[in-house]
Order: sequence, then C-alpha cells, then structure tokens
Amino acid sequence: MSANPEKPKVAFYWCASCGGCEESVVDLAEDILMVLDKVDIVFWPVAMDFKKADVVAMPDKSILATLVNGAIRTSEQEEMVQLLRRKSQVLIAYGACSHLGGIPALTNEFSREEVLQYVYHDAPSVVNKEGTRPQPVTEDEGRNPTLPEFRNVVRSLDQVVDVDYYLPGCAPTPKLLKEALLVLLSGELPPKGTVLAPDIALCDECPRKDSKPTDVSFTEFKRPHLHRIDPELCLLAQGFICMGPATRGGCEALCINGNMPCTGCFGPTSRVKDQGAKMLSSVSSNMAAKEENEIDRVLDGIPDPVGTFYRYGLSKCLLRRKVTAGE
Amino acid sequence: MSDQWEPKIVAFFCNWCTYTAADLAGVSRMKYAANVRIIRVMCSGRIDPQFVMEAFAKGADGVLIGGCHPGDCHYIEGNYKALRRVRLLNRLLKSMGIEQERFRLEWISASEGEKVQRVVNEMVDQIKKLGPLGLPQQFKEWDSEVLEEEEEVKADVS
Repeated sequence: MSANPEKPKVAFYWCASCGGCEESVVDLAEDILMVLDKVDIVFWPVAMDFKKADVVAMPDKSILATLVNGAIRTSEQEEMVQLLRRKSQVLIAYGACSHLGGIPALTNEFSREEVLQYVYHDAPSVVNKEGTRPQPVTEDEGRNPTLPEFRNVVRSLDQVVDVDYYLPGCAPTPKLLKEALLVLLSGELPPKGTVLAPDIALCDECPRKDSKPTDVSFTEFKRPHLHRIDPELCLLAQGFICMGPATRGGCEALCINGNMPCTGCFGPTSRVKDQGAKMLSSVSSNMAAKEENEIDRVLDGIPDPVGTFYRYGLSKCLLRRKVTAGE
Repeated sequence: MSDQWEPKIVAFFCNWCTYTAADLAGVSRMKYAANVRIIRVMCSGRIDPQFVMEAFAKGADGVLIGGCHPGDCHYIEGNYKALRRVRLLNRLLKSMGIEQERFRLEWISASEGEKVQRVVNEMVDQIKKLGPLGLPQQFKEWDSEVLEEEEEVKADVS
C-alpha cells in the first residue's frame, strides 16, 4: 500500500469480537476495489502487517476514519482505541459489539472471577492440572513478559472513548458499510452520534408485516428450536419473541427471511433508551393473562430474560451489568 | 445530611387510586417514613420498565409502584398491564442481581391511606436491612479501571 498523500486514510481495528465484522468488510466483494481506489488503508491488523508503533508514529488526526469492531474487555483494547481515537478525525463503532457490547457483553451477567474460573478450570474441554491462569506480569528467566489486564466489565466503544458514528449489526451489511464510506468520502457528515441506518423499527421492512395482528395477545411463548416456524406469518403472532418492534431496521430483515426471529443486533431506534426494557414492556403488555399464576406460567416460556432481551445490548442496559457480582 | 444512611425510594403512584390514597394519608396526618419520592402518573399502566431501571441507575435503593385494585382501573385494564410488566421485570432484575425487596407493586385504592403508610414503612425497613444499592457509585467504581488506562496512554504518547 503506497502512502499516497492525496488519498484519505482509513484504519480498521478488532477488539472483543468473533471476526464476523472483519468478514463483512471482505464481503464488500468487488466493491472493496472501489474502496481501495479511493482510500489508503493504513492499519488493519487482521489483513495487513502493521504494528502499534506505526500508529504511534502517525500525526494526530491524520487518519480520516477508523472503524473499530468488538467490545472492550482488556486494557490492551482500551489502549489501542484511545490511541486510534487520537489519530483519527472520525471514529466509528462498527458492529453490535462495538455499538452495544454485543454477545461478549453477556458476560456482564457474571463476575470476572466466575468467568476466569470457568474458562481456565471448569469448562469440560479444559485440561489444566497445574491450575495456571494468565498473569498480567510474569517472571521468566530474568525477563518480565506482560499480558493485558482482563477487566471486570465488558464495555461498548463509547463507554471508553468518544465515538462519532455507529454502524449497527451483527455484522453490519456490506450495503450499510458501502453507504457509510460514501458518506464519509463525500465530506457531508451527518450529526455526531448518528447511527448509520434507518431510524425506524425493523417491523417496517419486515416481509411479514401485513400478517402482524393489531392485538398480539400472547397465551404462550415458544422457543424457536422447539417448534416449527410458519415461514409466512408474523413471528410474534406465532408466539416467538421477535425483537423487531424494539430494533432498528436496515438489515432488510435478514433473519426473518431465513425464518428466524429477530434477536435485536441493530440496537434500539433513537427514541428508545433501553432496548431490552422496551421489548420487555411490549411483550408483557401484549400478554392475555391477568392472574398472577397464569402470567407466571406464560412467562416461563422466556427462561432467560437477560439473554433474550439483551442478547447484543447488555453493556447499554441502564443497569450495565449484574449489580452484585463483585470481583 | 446526617451520617446515617437513609434509603431512597422512588414511588410511581397512579393518579386515580394510590396517589389519592397518599393524599388521604397526608390530610389524615398519618405519618410514614420520609424516604419515598412520589411521582404521580396517570395510570400504573403508564409506567415504562425504563422508568424503573433508570430510577435504580440514578441512585434509587427501591422502586414502588402503586395502582388501583384489579377491576378498579380508571382505564379498565392498565393495572393488569402493570402487573404483567412487573412480573417479567422482576425476573430480569433478579438475574441482574437486584434483590426482589427493592421492587414492589401494590394495589392501593383511594380510601386506603393506611396501606400507603404500611407499605412504605415496610419497604423502608426491608431496604434498610439490605443496605444501599448505590448504582451511581458502582458505575464510577467500574469505570475507574478505564480512567487509569487513559492516564497511562496520555502519558505514553506525550
């Protein structure tokens, strides 16, 4: 990649995430050639050989835009995003983990100790007879190799640094990425804090919209792996929890077209503060039951409310993490 | 402020029954613990779960919801809506580590001033036993680890 001073510079970075977001950049397919034609990629550890020192050496604000995917769990991730923030004019939270905490944020239901205990000792696939755990600093023949610190809380990007824009989704679609890059290159930037996707609920673009009853009136909640799903009918009308009403559109109803309920990866619209609470509200308002026992029986169909309503957004829950989990 | 910690309870009372009952308790000069901050809403069915969670997040140690008895709702079924939301929200709060005693729903009719008194006093006692929830302080503590890192990075770069 030649350093062409004419071309704006773009960087990508990966924190706590699965790699799907990086994959979605590659999914631009031949459009990636358009991107490479217009910008210089100056940092992209997953695909190109650059080091932290290269970033440190760049002048402040010399990168037009950095797209960060993944939640923030370790001190290394904090350090890198703070560094990239300093070097970039625009910082974009790319994907659900960066935007809302994502799947990694579900560990906010457990203490750090519980997580480490499971991962290094109790998980069925673990063989660790000496019971070792990674240490931030170790002593090895006179040298002191260090590892990043594992934090107590999983955070979204904007809980660690200032964020300019958000590209939602698990992962964002190539279409949204392309549109976002075109907006950035046009120089006509939307107001800071904008989520670069339509600001209306997913139901609006759902192909089953017409079959959604005005009064859903749940008498039971079904779990998708235990029932056959009718591929035509509104999922809520069938008793499956579909996060569509509490989730921003823009994904073109990908999961619904695959005959699976929406799990909420695009996060809430701008009018909603807490996506999970809003969905919880909607679902319970629309239950038919009136007696406590009957209500509880129907609610047993949602065995894990946190995982259901905050699958991608626990970092952005008003409570942020399990309160009494301690260390 | 005295050194003694006092619980803060945010109470959402419906206009037609529970708020009127609290008013009645007042004009009847019934005394109850001063730990409760009452917010009047038109109906218990108006109470969004976001209100409850935000109250906790902003420093409430307990949240109390008061509505009309089943069958008495001014809007016919608003209180049933509140009941269903509370039952589900209870499950969520439990998973998030918030003790069940901190969140309570009571049906209190306009004539039950003494029930307002009893419920508030009971809840204050229970929460005193549990101690402060203190979410704003918790948030600060959780975030201190990030602030340390930020200082280090600043020092490194400059």
